[in-house]
Amino acid sequence: MSTRHAIAANEFLANKENEVWHDNTLWMVRAKRDKMSRSIPEWERLRDMAFAIKNYSNSHLDTLLEEFERNATANGAIVHWAKDAEEHNRIVLDILKQHKVQRLVKSKSMLTEECHMNPYLMEQGIDVVETDLGERILQLMKLEPSHIVMPAIHIKREAIGKMMEREMHTEKGNFDPTYLTHAARRNLRELFLHADAALTGANFAVASTGEIVVCTNEGNADMCTSFPKVHIATFGMEKIVPNLESLGVFTRLLARSGTGQPITSYTSHYRRPAEGQAFHIIIVDNGRSEILAKPDHVRTLNCIRCGQCMNTCPVYRRSGGYSYTYFIPGPIGINLGMLRDPRRYADNVSACSLCLSCSNVCPAKVDLGEQIYRWRQALDRYGVANPEKKWLSWGMKVVMDRPMLFNTALKFAPIVNHLPRFLVYSSVNAWGKGRELPAFAQCSFNEMWKKNEVK
Amino acid sequence: MSSRETILANIRRNTGTRQEMPDLSAMETIVYPDKLKTFAEVLAAAGGKAVELQPGEEVNAVIRREFPDAKRIASNLPEITCATFNPDEVEDPRMLNGTDLAVITGEFGVAENAAVWIPRTVRHKGLYFISNALVILLDKTKLVNTMNEAYHLTAQADYNYGVFMSGPSKTADIEQALVFGAHGPIQVMVLLR
Repeated sequence: MSTRHAIAANEFLANKENEVWHDNTLWMVRAKRDKMSRSIPEWERLRDMAFAIKNYSNSHLDTLLEEFERNATANGAIVHWAKDAEEHNRIVLDILKQHKVQRLVKSKSMLTEECHMNPYLMEQGIDVVETDLGERILQLMKLEPSHIVMPAIHIKREAIGKMMEREMHTEKGNFDPTYLTHAARRNLRELFLHADAALTGANFAVASTGEIVVCTNEGNADMCTSFPKVHIATFGMEKIVPNLESLGVFTRLLARSGTGQPITSYTSHYRRPAEGQAFHIIIVDNGRSEILAKPDHVRTLNCIRCGQCMNTCPVYRRSGGYSYTYFIPGPIGINLGMLRDPRRYADNVSACSLCLSCSNVCPAKVDLGEQIYRWRQALDRYGVANPEKKWLSWGMKVVMDRPMLFNTALKFAPIVNHLPRFLVYSSVNAWGKGRELPAFAQCSFNEMWKKNEVK
Repeated sequence: MSSRETILANIRRNTGTRQEMPDLSAMETIVYPDKLKTFAEVLAAAGGKAVELQPGEEVNAVIRREFPDAKRIASNLPEITCATFNPDEVEDPRMLNGTDLAVITGEFGVAENAAVWIPRTVRHKGLYFISNALVILLDKTKLVNTMNEAYHLTAQADYNYGVFMSGPSKTADIEQALVFGAHGPIQVMVLLR
């Protein structure tokens, strides 16, 4: 029985050239991350500190969020609280209506993807414009992100160029990335200048000062917020950090981990509203407070969304973001999906070789692979365990618990070596798909030991 | 119960053991033997350019030498005589579109990542992003090693808006090919003096 991940991965693998490119490109980002991390002697200490700060902040969310609200309000921001996606979207729409907004420019925010905000606002007649280049490409191609940091990593320049010929009247057949990027720059410049409101996510929200911090390379978040009369910043509540000193740890880790840069081009601190601008901040729960009650999974709240767990994952690199059924793919997405709805997103937990490379590179030390293992152990409880594997596990247990049966089975095992291929590689043998069985030895180690043939 | 109260009540109900905040002051961080050299190297790697003002050189002359084609030059600094207009006199920030070059000041630089801390010192922060090129004037004695040190400095200051800026605007969203000038400045020069 194939999981939906396995089926979708097969489609991705059908284009061998793209698959190899995807694999190599993401591995290159991982290599850049390694180089960057090694240039800082205190790298592992920074990871330990990030982990410890997150353990503190995620066990003090109530007091930190209240402190943030107090300070942000004193700074002149208007703070809103949204318990779920629906309330978040309604708050955004209310603000937009209040200011008679027709066009909203926004920077990349995985939270607004999580809340399905864009389709909701567009149904209400708001012109929502993504401004991160990758996100804009996807929006115009009517596609979803396949990676949280490099959202359009799966799309080739020819496809982007053809879309831009249609949407931005670029030269036919010119697929040069510099040419296309600068064409998009001119196109988006007009949209920035004629927007009524801006929406940004937040990489960090600082409790002690009430400011929000946004990191981009393009400068699109800052372009978004520089001209309209309204700025809405929205963040999932685990984005809170206690103070600026903590940012000294996280800003050193984020870009080095995410893209292998020492820092993003822009790390922007929004403390008070600009002259004549309304500044709204939305604090979003949407299931996060429930995660606090799950000690086995609470560390997912440490995640700073750098995306390196995807780049390093051998399964993600070779199956692509679309093979996962949750909107965030890769190791962190497998875990967040299971926390969202284990019955609905259980197909993803098999997309893991348990190599634990993700846990090893995570800047905030989320135990990603270990958590996936724990979810696998719990699949039966949710009624989503694979029946073939259940049957197999039961059979293994029967044999392993009975030495006589085990030894007899072992004695007859070499018969398999002589069975016709269609029998050995039948549909029952899921392991044999794309893999060759090793030949069974004529004599078991146990027997050899007894005959004194090995010592 | 308001959403605020519901969320806070949920957090309080579900929070397990409350863990201690670690002591960050005890952490040893990298110290560069020559901060200026590291800053310049890292800035070059990020696509920017560090230029040290030489004895006898004049700021405006260096700017004109580096940006000979710039026509519309914005600055609110009295010493920047090559500026063609004062951006603070512009009412609507949209009117800043079409600026070839903006000359601004930075507070301090960070050696490890070539970021310059720029608390907003102009009327419209849009100037930092809408100009095609940017010259940041920086006191070369004001360099710190790491972001840990940087945030110790900003924690003592107040600002409405501030940005750590490291090189020009960039993207690699098309096939991971690096392109400068995604939305913001295509060129950034830090003039150290």
